Amino acid sequence: MKRPIVNGLLSGMLLLAAASLGAQVPEISYDSPRTFLRLPAHIYLGEAAGVAAASNGNIFVYTRTGEVATMGGSRTFTHGGSRLFEFDATGKYLREIGHGVYGFLFAQAVKIDARDNMWIVDRGSNMVIEFNPAGRVLMMLGRKPESVEVGARRATKGAGVPGDNFNQPTDVAWDAAGNIFVADGYGNARIAKFDKHGKFLKSWGSKGTEEGQFEIPHSLAVDAQGNVYVADLGNRRIQVFDNSGAFKRQISGVGAPRAICISGGPHQFLYSSNSNPPDSLDNGEIYKMELDGTVAGKFGRAGKLIKEFGTVNQIACRNPDVLYVAELTNWRVQKITLHPTRAPN
Amino acid sequence: MMKSHRYCIIAALLSAAGFAQTTALSEGLTPAQRNARAKAQNVPEIRYDSVPNFLKFPANIYMGEGIGVATDSKGRVFVYTRSQRTQLFEFDRNGNFLREIGEGLYGFVFAHAVRVDRHDNIWAVDEGSNMVIKFSPDGRVAMVLGRRPEPIDLTGMLSPPSSIAHPGPYTFDRPTDVAWDAAGNIFVSDGYGNSRVVKYDKNGRFIAEAGSKGSGKGQLNLPHTIAADAQGNVYVGDRSNKRIEVFDNDLTFKAIYDQTGAPWAICISEGPHQYLYSSNSYPDNNNSELSGVTGEIYKMELDGTVLGKFGTAGKQLGQFSTVHEIDCRDANEIMTAEITAWRVQKIRLHPSAKPGGPQ
Repeated sequence: MKRPIVNGLLSGMLLLAAASLGAQVPEISYDSPRTFLRLPAHIYLGEAAGVAAASNGNIFVYTRTGEVATMGGSRTFTHGGSRLFEFDATGKYLREIGHGVYGFLFAQAVKIDARDNMWIVDRGSNMVIEFNPAGRVLMMLGRKPESVEVGARRATKGAGVPGDNFNQPTDVAWDAAGNIFVADGYGNARIAKFDKHGKFLKSWGSKGTEEGQFEIPHSLAVDAQGNVYVADLGNRRIQVFDNSGAFKRQISGVGAPRAICISGGPHQFLYSSNSNPPDSLDNGEIYKMELDGTVAGKFGRAGKLIKEFGTVNQIACRNPDVLYVAELTNWRVQKITLHPTRAPN
Repeated sequence: MMKSHRYCIIAALLSAAGFAQTTALSEGLTPAQRNARAKAQNVPEIRYDSVPNFLKFPANIYMGEGIGVATDSKGRVFVYTRSQRTQLFEFDRNGNFLREIGEGLYGFVFAHAVRVDRHDNIWAVDEGSNMVIKFSPDGRVAMVLGRRPEPIDLTGMLSPPSSIAHPGPYTFDRPTDVAWDAAGNIFVSDGYGNSRVVKYDKNGRFIAEAGSKGSGKGQLNLPHTIAADAQGNVYVGDRSNKRIEVFDNDLTFKAIYDQTGAPWAICISEGPHQYLYSSNSYPDNNNSELSGVTGEIYKMELDGTVLGKFGTAGKQLGQFSTVHEIDCRDANEIMTAEITAWRVQKIRLHPSAKPGGPQ
């Protein structure tokens, strides 16, 4: 008989808590053009997994387009499944890069480094591939499994296995010296560090909830000082490490971070998306923070309309007031212009 | 030139360091490193350089894993690669793209090797379709050995046969490489699934086979690469046994060379004085534990005497990332195809120049 009252009380308290939290985080006003990317006939975006912007403003989109398998004598070989497109700053289609590249299987992320090289992270081929601005392959990390072994188990799942190879990697980032950091990933639970020539240096992390442990390190960013920010999706926190992987602090209270981004310029901001899972339309807001985790504001929610978000998988934030977001479940990229100084409502 | 000088200096330093350095290296090795390291130590370093940006691809044609490379008598370069599809490309002697050969071919499933015979026919060995395919110089199919298995039903796909139980004279199980003697007889290394070498006449008629799985004399554990000398002797890179086995022309066992690590790729040069090259390749699983003790290529006399070595494991120009095939038609101009760097390098050896001297 008392249960409904207790429940009612609890609900009331939760509502109050939610309301007070909401009151503390200012809404940032923003807009998004109705049609931004303009694709030629017969070229389609699938799930938009990755988006990045180059120094000249051009936009790169890494998308999932379905996969193909070939049966050999006794094994099954996979190929295809991802495509990388380049657009100019107005969203006009320019070209496809890497058509037929061996490592394009299941798109996860694309990023542009300080020299405007394009890096893609492919969760299906377990590879990170660097292209020069002309679109030619410069270097690759990890190796695509030769073939699919039906029924084979991934013995290393979540074990924090060190070394050069990945198990469903999710993201890549660099420090000012060019060292490479890879978030690895769904199948492993660690961050790997390589030098600028791709030589493996070290890795840290394992599956778990302690400091320095991860439940799917899903997104990665490095600030100007070389600190490494890891979106620890399953543990609903962002962990911050120094350049060598020593734990420094964690940021929580901004939901489950599926995509994070650190902006350029002298005053860097940290963005984090509390993306809705593909099977729900809850949450979906994106937070703007100082690097120490102080929340400056938030914007957006899950949904299918323009200005709403469908499982944001990557954010590009070279300019802190012009963001590009890649959405898995809406098959699109939105250009988000923030008006942080304008009062909401 | 800058590049050449850099290697020059490195080579000079390495030779000067000599015995003391290699002794220091052997201490503190892990068991895996001791196992992977070549037995031959204190081998002279051969100076070399790598031609930057050798192969030039058109837009939207990409090299995948560098699996096979071969040259013909006119210096044209053939590259067999695992891209999204397995593809065979032809380049001119300066690395300019000429054409794709066999686009969409039934036998192109998973590349393993390409070689060019004395008549400039191009041979592709495919470990996915279990076929060896001979193309005429104009790129048409001239002969095929082996047969791609017929499509298997869903049940078969869920539980694939791990290997063919009884290898027949005309079926392979993941074959790896092909070679010929002066009479045109064909030798196929077969392969991942079988552990044998098969000899055919020039018309593809079965003559003989040798080898079974094991580590005894004449046995094989992953015959991965094959070459024949001018006398018709057959050299087999017995990769998992970390040795090269030599057979005579009738496939009778002759000798074992086990000083130069795991022979991922071997090659015998042309001309009156033939040399044997063998790559102790960095493992294709990117095992960084082994990167310091593998990756080098050895130059030998045909009797197995080690003359020198060059290269280290790594992704930079002039380093090697799992060399999978070597072309050495010209003994001082080597082509390498690398698995874990998607490229072919043109390596120029400078074996006779004095260290530190001008190029």
